[in-house]
Amino acid sequence: MINTKYFLKGFASVKGVDSPAIALAASFIAIGALFKSIGLNIQESIFSTFLTYALPGSLIMAESLIVGASLLNIFLAVWLVNARLYPMTVSLFPLLTHKSQPKLKYYLACHFIAVSAWLIMKKNYKSVERKYRLDFWIGVGAANLSVAVSATVLGFFIADHLNKDMMIGLAIVNPVYFTCVMVGAMKTIQMSLAVILGSMFGILFYFISPEWCILLGGLTAGTLAFFIGELNGN
Amino acid sequence: MAINIVLAIIVTSLATYISRFLGVITSKKIKENSKIFRWFNCLAYSTLSALLVRIIVFPIGALAEVDYLTRFTVVFICLIVFLIGKRNFVYPTILSALLLAFLSSNF
Repeated sequence: MINTKYFLKGFASVKGVDSPAIALAASFIAIGALFKSIGLNIQESIFSTFLTYALPGSLIMAESLIVGASLLNIFLAVWLVNARLYPMTVSLFPLLTHKSQPKLKYYLACHFIAVSAWLIMKKNYKSVERKYRLDFWIGVGAANLSVAVSATVLGFFIADHLNKDMMIGLAIVNPVYFTCVMVGAMKTIQMSLAVILGSMFGILFYFISPEWCILLGGLTAGTLAFFIGELNGN
Repeated sequence: MAINIVLAIIVTSLATYISRFLGVITSKKIKENSKIFRWFNCLAYSTLSALLVRIIVFPIGALAEVDYLTRFTVVFICLIVFLIGKRNFVYPTILSALLLAFLSSNF
C-alpha cells in the first residue's frame, strides 16, 4: 500500500524555511472566514477545502455563490482557472512513476497536486529513491492538505474577529509567496522566459478574455519559452 | 442563495479534479528526459505566472479593495526582502500581511 517511512518523510517536509505552510495557512484562514461570511456551515467549509484543495477555484466558487451564478458557469470558471493543474501534473508525475506502484494510487495521489506540494516535490524528488517517490509525494500532499483543512476550520471560527484590513493582509500572503517562488525558479533561460513571458501574456490576454487569460497566456508564453530555450541550449 | 451549496462544492471539485486526472493519463506516455516533458514544465511555470499576475493585477475578493499601487509596493518590497534575505520565504510572507494590513488601514 503506502510505505510509511517515505510517507512520514514526505509529511515532515512541510516544515522548513522554504515551506509553503505559512502561505497556505494564511490563504485558507481567509477562505474559511469568507465561507462563513457567505453562509456555508463548518461541514461544508471543510468538505470544500478537502475536495477542491485549490485556492483560486474556491475563491471563484465563493464569488459565484454571492452573485448566484449557475452550476454550469461555476464549472467552466473553475475549470479555466484551475486548468494550470494539468501541465503541473504532466510535469511532475513522470518523475514519480514506478512499475511496482498500483495504477489506482496515481489517480488518488493526483488530488494532492497544488502549487504548494508540487514545489516541494519538484525540489526534493531526486533525493528520494524512485520506487518510493509516490509514497513520499502522498506524504507531502497529505501534510499540505492537512494544513489547508485546519486553516479553513480556524478561519471559520475566528471569522468574527477578523476585520477588513486583516482579511486583506491574509490575502496578499499567497501572491507574495508565489512571486518569490517564481523568481527563485528563474535559473535557466527557459524557466526565466516561462515566468516573465507568462506574466506578460497573462496580462495581455486578460484584455481579450479575463476567463481564458491564464490558459491562453500560459500556453503562448510556455511554448515560446520552450522554443527559445531549446534554441539556446535550455 | 439561489443554488445548493453542496452541489456547488461538488461541481467545483469535479472541475478541479478533471485537470489533475487528465494530467495523470497524459503523464503515462511521457518520459522525464523528453522534449515534451520540458515543454510541459515551461507550460506549468508560465500558467502559474499568468495566474499570479492576474491575482496581483486584477484580483477578486479582499485584495480588490486595495488600490493597485499599494499592492505593487507590497509585492515589490517583499520581493526585495526575499532576495536580500538569502531567499528565506518566511520573512517576506509574514512581512507582506503586516505591511498590507497596515497600509490599507492607514491610507
